Amino acid sequence: MGAGHAHALYVHEHSPVHRLAPEVKLAAAFAFVLAVAVTPREAMWAFAIDATALAVVLRLARLPVGFVLARLAVILPFIAFAFLIPFVGSGDRVDVLGVSVSQPGLWGAWNVIAKATLGATVSILLAATTEIPSILRGMARLRVPETLTAIATFMVRYLELIAGDLRRMRTAMTARGYDPRWLWQARPIATSAGALFIRSYERGERVHAAMLSRGYTGTMPSLDRRAATIREWLVAGTVPGVAVATAVAAFLAPA
Amino acid sequence: MSHPAVEIRGVRFAYPDGRKALLGVDLRIEHGQRVALLGPNGAGKTTLALHLNGIHDADAGSIQIGQLPVTDANLPEIRRRVGLVFQDPDDQLFMPTVHEDVAFGPANLGLRGEKLDARVAEALDAVGATDVAGRAPHHLSGGEQRRVALATVLAMRPDLLVLDEPTSGLDPAGRRELVDVLRALPITQLVITHDLPFALELCERAVIMNDGRATADGATADLLADQGLLHANRLELPFGFDPTVARRDDRPASPRRAD
Repeated sequence: MGAGHAHALYVHEHSPVHRLAPEVKLAAAFAFVLAVAVTPREAMWAFAIDATALAVVLRLARLPVGFVLARLAVILPFIAFAFLIPFVGSGDRVDVLGVSVSQPGLWGAWNVIAKATLGATVSILLAATTEIPSILRGMARLRVPETLTAIATFMVRYLELIAGDLRRMRTAMTARGYDPRWLWQARPIATSAGALFIRSYERGERVHAAMLSRGYTGTMPSLDRRAATIREWLVAGTVPGVAVATAVAAFLAPA
Repeated sequence: MSHPAVEIRGVRFAYPDGRKALLGVDLRIEHGQRVALLGPNGAGKTTLALHLNGIHDADAGSIQIGQLPVTDANLPEIRRRVGLVFQDPDDQLFMPTVHEDVAFGPANLGLRGEKLDARVAEALDAVGATDVAGRAPHHLSGGEQRRVALATVLAMRPDLLVLDEPTSGLDPAGRRELVDVLRALPITQLVITHDLPFALELCERAVIMNDGRATADGATADLLADQGLLHANRLELPFGFDPTVARRDDRPASPRRAD
């Protein structure tokens, strides 16, 4: 399928990672995150291996480093919170640069930062190499319940439309001198949210009529053409495979 | 053929809230005809359209598409035969990509794989939208959206095309392209519109609805030339537009595929 409908997180490229079947990438990303999440935090070397594996894939996907780092900013609030833990945590104290901090707190902070960074990076990688329609197809092939994929499909399609409705309503309010500064001026916003809900509900009814008109009988037709090959599963499986092996090794031989 | 493309007899309908929308409509459309359905807002035009493929169930009267009556048992085939293009393309186009959207109807008919792809390609080609197949519907221009919406029903190879306000929101160039596409389609068409020049250009016959009834039926040029009739039905020609002149001069005598 052609380009031109990419979302903000997508990077248009023709890398081997982009070409992988979406269900394979979804499953691999999910497995990787799980493996990282259960890796014991004391095994610092394990996270280094996970990070290296991920870096190799990022390189293969030809994602610009700056792009990935900029997107990683979403985890900054968590990191800020993580930085607090050593100061407020209890337990044994250790001196770091002359400041007394909690040792379990330090481990807690490291745990949050390492796992959040790896998890966020793998999500960025998935989003940057897979367009939304493909992700939805991938979910369908992974046997995610059809109702859920259908809801996600409609959400993707209509989110921009509803956001556009909201923008126009706001513009219309502003044009008539509405300039909210205080909480007690929030009433029009609440009212417009209600109006938006009604509008969206009515649109839902019209869309349903349009679907019925084209022979909809209650189940979305599956438009699958190509299922992932064994080879794709094996290739994509290497990264979560490394992460799982690392996690197991970390459990067996604690650092 | 003994059966007309559409036969509507005495159809009456009231909405659940009690508002009476159709008060006994009779209409017969022959195969290959293009008929404009004119009338003011609230006349019941869209309500009537939603009866043609069984979205609404008539309270009284009957509708027949070809020799097939619109009944619950016949709904799958009725919905294959009647291609309904909704007024707002955002209602019509609900899938993430144009290709998937056009494939939705024929896939519901059971087509898969190469047959399905061929059907999608055929429909997109008919409306000149092949190059947007991979795009998302909300990234298309208004004219493209309208033509793709048309393709989504053409992909079901309908016998009857029902278009609800196809020119609303289109710029003049988009409108022109739509006229060309519709004129090239050898399918019976019922076109609901407020755009009287558009009706005149596209349809040899027009039916006027008002207050839930068909109030006039005849050659589009004759109806539009009747100021009293238009006035009585809250219809107005654009300023400076003379249907008698437009008829003679605007269109070269292009071959009519229909009739």
